[in-house]
Amino acid sequence: MERGEAKSKKAGGPPRLCCICNERRPVLKRPRTLQQICRECFYEVFEEEIHQAIVNNGLFKSGERVAIGASGGKDSTVLAYVLSELNKRHSYGLDLFLLSIDEGITGYRDDSLETVKRNELQYGLPLKILSYKDLYGWTMDDIVKMIGLKNNCTFCGVFRRQALDRGAALLKVDKLVTGHNADDIAETVLLNILRGDIARLSRCTSITTGEDGPIPRCKPFKYTYEKEIVIYPFAVSNPHSHTYAYFKKLDYFSTECIYSPNAYRGFAREFIKDLERLRFFVQTFAFYIRQELFWISLNPVKTSELRRPRKCLSKGRVSVAATFLARNGAKRVLLDGLNRGLPKMSIGRARGGGVNGGDHKKETKAGSTVKTLESKQCGSLDF
Amino acid sequence: MQLTLEFGGGLELLCDSEKIHKVNVDLPNGVEELTMKDLLSWVRTNVIKERPEMFIKGDTVRPGVLVLVNDCDWELSGQLETTIEDKDVIVFISTLHGG
Repeated sequence: MERGEAKSKKAGGPPRLCCICNERRPVLKRPRTLQQICRECFYEVFEEEIHQAIVNNGLFKSGERVAIGASGGKDSTVLAYVLSELNKRHSYGLDLFLLSIDEGITGYRDDSLETVKRNELQYGLPLKILSYKDLYGWTMDDIVKMIGLKNNCTFCGVFRRQALDRGAALLKVDKLVTGHNADDIAETVLLNILRGDIARLSRCTSITTGEDGPIPRCKPFKYTYEKEIVIYPFAVSNPHSHTYAYFKKLDYFSTECIYSPNAYRGFAREFIKDLERLRFFVQTFAFYIRQELFWISLNPVKTSELRRPRKCLSKGRVSVAATFLARNGAKRVLLDGLNRGLPKMSIGRARGGGVNGGDHKKETKAGSTVKTLESKQCGSLDF
Repeated sequence: MQLTLEFGGGLELLCDSEKIHKVNVDLPNGVEELTMKDLLSWVRTNVIKERPEMFIKGDTVRPGVLVLVNDCDWELSGQLETTIEDKDVIVFISTLHGG
């Protein structure tokens, strides 16, 4: 205790106190507000803000069955813990489940799944695991062996979205929640701008998506900064502090997916982090909100057109929600490619031939659906 | 001085998968106090075994790496200017991984 105070003295000025309770010494500078806050106030405020996000956006109804997309990583682990706490504390009346997807990445996913299995015991939430191998006949290890590290994230993203839908259907849940945080969404906005993807840009900041689809999804951490999600387990139970929560440690798994070094999202992330360091760009949060409003005001007609459901190319049926634009079609095309030994045909652009060659006829047809698929680093459960 | 360094969020992979390092750091010549700036370059030389660009960028930590000095956000104590004393515990956590 004295050490912290001594340090602030040395840095100049009297020791500051937590700006909320005015009693304890601060341990964190909140990234959005720059407030200095102590441990106890931090976790109260953290949990309360998430509760407000849930209530103000009407994310849940009492009695709903809700699956938490759980990868074993920091966001989904903290989400599972906090949601389960808030469910009890505020009587949301939810039936919570953990849903995990095994992409078949040796040395990465098998380890993080161990974390989720521990979470199942620690939080008392039933767990369901679905694997790419069972669903599609291919693991990510197999896929990377075939196509290398260039577009593997595209496959993984499409397959995972579908797998989550399947898992949610098997569990008969009403909703799926994922741990996407404010930083993730800021990166997505930037990626969509860089790709000129207006359709996604207008949808990507919604807290709930796919209400007209098979399974609505929501992101209770939409307004929560990644820094706070990382610090939270330390606030709740720190081996150096004198108080322990009844878990020894919020158990989570953290490594970058071994197949993701070229994922475009990584560059967006670095860029935003660098921008945050510049004084005049402290609020990435404001950045993405402004972007959403800017685009919608600029193209009111276009965005409403884009919201109309599109035809699923593979079956000619009207795909139920624009949000899951030809998802089934994309998955079928990608899988066909893999199975026929022509995996790259669906990744190329619609015009000017593909990056990777392949059957050209299929490419122009598939290209228009698949070319705007987002690459996201493996290990992050994505919308 | 004796310090305890902890690496989390995947950073431990840069130091032979060891999360906790108890180290002895000598002050550079002619310097009375050790700052985080000095410590960072010491860590980069003596503790980080591979891919230093994942840990350090220029003078400071890579953006997205959190630093806690005695359980306290280093942004509260002046970041690189934070002075380090004997028996301090410094934690480095990377936030740059999937969740």
